[in-house]
Amino acid sequence: MTGRSAISAQHRALLTERLLACLGKDNIVLDVESQRPWECDALPLYRDLPLLVALPATVAQVKTVLQVCHEFDVPVVARGAGTGVTAGSMPHPEGVLLSLSRLDRILDIDPLARTARVETGVSNLAISAAAAQYGLYYAPDPSSQIACSIGGNVAANSGGVHCLKYGLTTHNLLAIKALTVEGEELALGSAGLDSPGYDLMALMTGSEGLLAVVTEVTVKLLPVPQAAKLVLAGFDSVRAASDAVGAIIAAGIIPAGLEMLDRLTIQAVEDYVNAGYPRDAEAVLLCELDGTEEEVAEHTATVSALLGELGASTLHVARDEAERALLWKGRKAAFPAVGRLAPDYYCMDGTIPRAQLAHVLEQIALLSKEYALPVANVFHAGDGNLHPLILFDAGNPEEIRKAEAFGARILTLSVEVGGSITGEHGVGLEKIRQMPAQFGEAELLLFEEIKAAFDPALNLNPGKGIPILKRCQEYRALPARHRHD
Amino acid sequence: MHIELHNTLTDDPRARQAQQLTRACVHCGFCLETCPTYLDQRDERDSPRGRIYLIKQLMQEGEASSSTLQHLDRCLTCRSCETTCPSGMRYGELLDIGREMAEQAAPRPLHQRLLRWLLRKTITTRPLLETGLAVARVLRPMLPATLATRIPVKKASGEPPVRQAAATRTMIVLDGCVQAAATPQTNAAARRVLDRFGIELVSARKAGCCGALNHHLSAPGDARGELRRNIDAWWPLIENGAEAIISSASGCGAMLTDYGRLLADDPAYATKAARVAALSCDLAQVISTLPLEQLSLNTAVGKVAVHTPCTLQHALGQPDTVETILRQAGFELADTRDQHLCCGSAGSYSLLQKDISARLREKKLDALTADKPALIVSANIGCQLHLHSADGPPVLHWIELLDPSANH
Repeated sequence: MTGRSAISAQHRALLTERLLACLGKDNIVLDVESQRPWECDALPLYRDLPLLVALPATVAQVKTVLQVCHEFDVPVVARGAGTGVTAGSMPHPEGVLLSLSRLDRILDIDPLARTARVETGVSNLAISAAAAQYGLYYAPDPSSQIACSIGGNVAANSGGVHCLKYGLTTHNLLAIKALTVEGEELALGSAGLDSPGYDLMALMTGSEGLLAVVTEVTVKLLPVPQAAKLVLAGFDSVRAASDAVGAIIAAGIIPAGLEMLDRLTIQAVEDYVNAGYPRDAEAVLLCELDGTEEEVAEHTATVSALLGELGASTLHVARDEAERALLWKGRKAAFPAVGRLAPDYYCMDGTIPRAQLAHVLEQIALLSKEYALPVANVFHAGDGNLHPLILFDAGNPEEIRKAEAFGARILTLSVEVGGSITGEHGVGLEKIRQMPAQFGEAELLLFEEIKAAFDPALNLNPGKGIPILKRCQEYRALPARHRHD
Repeated sequence: MHIELHNTLTDDPRARQAQQLTRACVHCGFCLETCPTYLDQRDERDSPRGRIYLIKQLMQEGEASSSTLQHLDRCLTCRSCETTCPSGMRYGELLDIGREMAEQAAPRPLHQRLLRWLLRKTITTRPLLETGLAVARVLRPMLPATLATRIPVKKASGEPPVRQAAATRTMIVLDGCVQAAATPQTNAAARRVLDRFGIELVSARKAGCCGALNHHLSAPGDARGELRRNIDAWWPLIENGAEAIISSASGCGAMLTDYGRLLADDPAYATKAARVAALSCDLAQVISTLPLEQLSLNTAVGKVAVHTPCTLQHALGQPDTVETILRQAGFELADTRDQHLCCGSAGSYSLLQKDISARLREKKLDALTADKPALIVSANIGCQLHLHSADGPPVLHWIELLDPSANH
């Protein structure tokens, strides 16, 4: 087992007793064997076991857990669906893992105001499914939307294939309710577009569970577009596809989504969906255009002509809704589909200026040769958000080491060309060592002060998101403590 | 994901197979929200990803307690997760191995073992089941309503087909165990419908249960015995030119298509088993190839809600075949939702996990009846009996709708 708690056995017994009394034995997981499935999120390279797992069924129970943990001064790590890829919800060995999966009620859908009020554990897709009867949907669509929770989307400020046109999570929220580390209720935002005072909701969005625990979210809903067309273009080189991305935007068109898949990804995705992705292309662009019938018809013609001029080897407009949905299904399942090519992958999330796409992809290809590990690229080309997937076998310790070193080089490269180490997945535990490459000491200290203003004892998701420079030296050592057994 | 096998398991072929299968899983969690038991429990351990992790732990530690077994037991084996899984994880195979090994690591208490033994012995033995059903039908007036409504009403099977012309094609039909005793009208209807198209259904007297019940109740030895018995019974018919082995219960059909894999290590049967698997299919897969417009049917039966069993959609990969058949035949179909979710029947699950099963059944009935259908049709005997209720619409096998001689 891992480096278990420094908390005294007596203290731990008291904490357990209190939580058992408040939540009941069915909502607390104590033994190691039963806790094991929570030891990691969708980045199983990083694992640790908590003191205990709490599965509260109501907001009141979440509040109790926070109050008791505050009283006992133990860390709390909140977890939604566990679909994150940065170990952001990996348990803390001295703390409580707070699973929010049972807060799964859709509280209210207001079709006239076009809003949905839901509990934090509701999946992203379930919101759109419930809104469909009114012709509405929730726009941000991370690829894991089939399972990821809205609370997790707020924590990571998730994007998705349609955020190029419709914005990230933060642009689609109206209000959130959260609990502070002391278990006090916070209500941020309002039914209107602005509320008095500082925009704390924007601060909370993307804060990775470091500032508060989100319990309820009110999101904006949009009418399902009158029309949508998906253009698929295959290219003989990644550079040609990258240039086409810039050309589409330069033509004054903002596609609903503009995605790129490279050759390796195309094979994996096609094996899964069999949707007709051209297997012989070096890169595929997916360009979705939505809006009124006239607008979509005009833009589809413009984009198709442009892609043809830029040397697309295949050009195809999805025949119908079924084909459009199938092609998107392939793109959205691309990460796990790549799991067909190797037992494990390590997903990066650098964001770079669009003009640097071709350069960075070529550099990544060179690094791939240097480390002798294949890379599958699938990403939000329109907003320059890269997702190189480094393929490796976790059964081979040398490959793990190489994959991590390779990943670090990609992040450094992203920063060098004027980009950032994370676009939408968050920092979590996985990218915390790259934070000083991105930010100066003064900025990191400022982050730390914001953290301390909400959580002075540093008990919410400690060791993640921001490196703590002056307060707790031991947290800096934490990333080294995860196990690779 | 990588499993580092415990040193006591490195030579165990089951553990090595589990290790190999798990390499496909990347722990993404896409499967969570399409798993009926995760939706019910909202507990990672009751999700496919959580169960894979529990099995991984069992393989790494070489031991597990009854807690692991409990969560593996709660799996319906509906394989909805396999349909969802982008990385091609063969979860059902892993779960069978996990259950068998967890059961050995943490032996069940005597009462559980006894119940499982009784289920395996009574359900798969047709004379016993038929006698049991006959007794239950006599006792029905004295039974509590919840139980009484679940006993299938005896329905006339109707006349055997009157040969229109000489049959030009022959197919083997699996009589099975439960269906043959509880709803013999299903295969009788199948015989009459196929006869219209010159297809004769033949059955082998010595064939019996497909083996699924024993297989899923961790009795692989007994299951393999049933597989071999069925293969022996069908082989002369296959050599005689039967072009397919049809099951009208998709649960059994799914099992038949697995024969090749399950007997691959048996030199005497591997080739025959692979042949049987290749010839096997669901009744819907045959009917969908026929010119149904030749049947003159009474389609004015009201709206029909189609329930697609998990075995038909997730195991046999036929998510909309029955709907397509009925629509083409002219029936009006009711709107339904959440077709991908299990009804809670799942073989012996409804008897072993009563609470979860009952909640899934309620949800499924809501999802099937929101559009006020006059009838529900299914493609699997277990689901058909499970969804039957005193106050809901009648639940039939869909083939009964195509039977020219039937009155619904």
